[in-house]
Amino acid sequence: MKENLISVNDLTRGDIESFLSKASEVEELSEGEASDILPGCMLSTIFLEPSTRTRLSFETAMQRLGGGTINLAEEVSSIEKGENITDTGKVVASYTDICVVRSPYEGTARMLAERTNIPVVNGGDGSNQHPTQTLLDLYTIKKEFGGIDGLKVGMMGDLKYGRTVHSLAEALDHYDVEIRLISPEETKMPRDIVEDVGIQEETTEMKIEDLDVLYATRIQKERFPDKEEYERVKDAFILDEDRVKGMNEESIVMHPLPRVGEIKPGVDELPQARYFEQAQNGVPTRMGIILELLGVDIDA
Amino acid sequence: MPELKVSKISNGTVVDHIPGGKGLDILRLLGLNAVSEKTVSLVMNVTSSKMVKKDIVKIEGRRLEDKEVKSVSVIAPEATVNIIEDYEVTEKQRLDLPERIDGVLECPNPHCVTNTDEPLQASFVIDERNPVVLRCEYCERKFTSSDLDV
Repeated sequence: MKENLISVNDLTRGDIESFLSKASEVEELSEGEASDILPGCMLSTIFLEPSTRTRLSFETAMQRLGGGTINLAEEVSSIEKGENITDTGKVVASYTDICVVRSPYEGTARMLAERTNIPVVNGGDGSNQHPTQTLLDLYTIKKEFGGIDGLKVGMMGDLKYGRTVHSLAEALDHYDVEIRLISPEETKMPRDIVEDVGIQEETTEMKIEDLDVLYATRIQKERFPDKEEYERVKDAFILDEDRVKGMNEESIVMHPLPRVGEIKPGVDELPQARYFEQAQNGVPTRMGIILELLGVDIDA
Repeated sequence: MPELKVSKISNGTVVDHIPGGKGLDILRLLGLNAVSEKTVSLVMNVTSSKMVKKDIVKIEGRRLEDKEVKSVSVIAPEATVNIIEDYEVTEKQRLDLPERIDGVLECPNPHCVTNTDEPLQASFVIDERNPVVLRCEYCERKFTSSDLDV
């Protein structure tokens, strides 16, 4: 049966570790000359929402592995003419060996996975899941600390609409970590996730000094039904140099990017800043995901 | 013998042992309203020996389909469904909440792909049974029976 990567909720700790190991194995191939592990192999991307890092790092990952890519954007596709995602997805999938899909509609990737015969990867579906981001986040944490168990992780910002924190919280549930949620009342994490994950602490105060990992997020303006509510919370938590200097030097600050003001540019120069390395880790992580889903062993 | 508040039906379905106050939800779930043209009786808050209060729904001239019976079990897992023919109970079904419910209920999440133009029906797995919590297989959100726009 073909493998897909749709939701962190489908993964065991063993599955997560397999993806992270594969990423680690190919890390040295993620820079420099392209390898010839997957010659002639094609990856398609169907992105019905804007993306910079996810799409480009998947394309880079496939090209570094020696394969090729095709991509479809809504504004130049048949979807714009009224074709449904199912039909478009089936056709695009028939041209390629693996497909990454991003959609504002939650569950789109699972629907396509059921209707195509190639591996489907969820590149983000509405406010639901972003599992490849989660794997690169975990890869970054593991690379930095040598492991994930025993850490104190804070998630801050838009915990209601931000899919990256939903996926990350669910994945961290497989590890022995302490999680603190930091957000305004208006953007608290959905109750069902809080209950499932067994969150230790929720606060509306910016309590970050004792954390090992601070995962900051952007307030998701595009998902707020009430623009006045967005205006009330958009500047709720701004991370500046003074705040970060109050953290341990060994701690790290992560962010899935793009940022729109929640981390001041001055923080970039501090030893805790890791968000650009995190984005860079997207390439080996997604190389690992492609290989794992295609069942390719690089030693073979 | 207590006086009957609603007369017997000749042919159709009686849903009994509905938790008190949930009868209207059952009517909505089954699409029974002013335009449905069926004669429907709803008796609310009847004193019951098994339950504190129960509701009863009687539908003249309609036999519930299996998938409708499954969906009733989400709101009233303890209910019984009686099929009536010529004023007699010919079939008595005690409800059993299934493991999953496909193609009957709509997902309450407006952003769920099942609420778009895609050729796809909503599908739920029963995550918890008491109280009932359903999880949409597509958007992965969890709902209680009171969230369902039935």
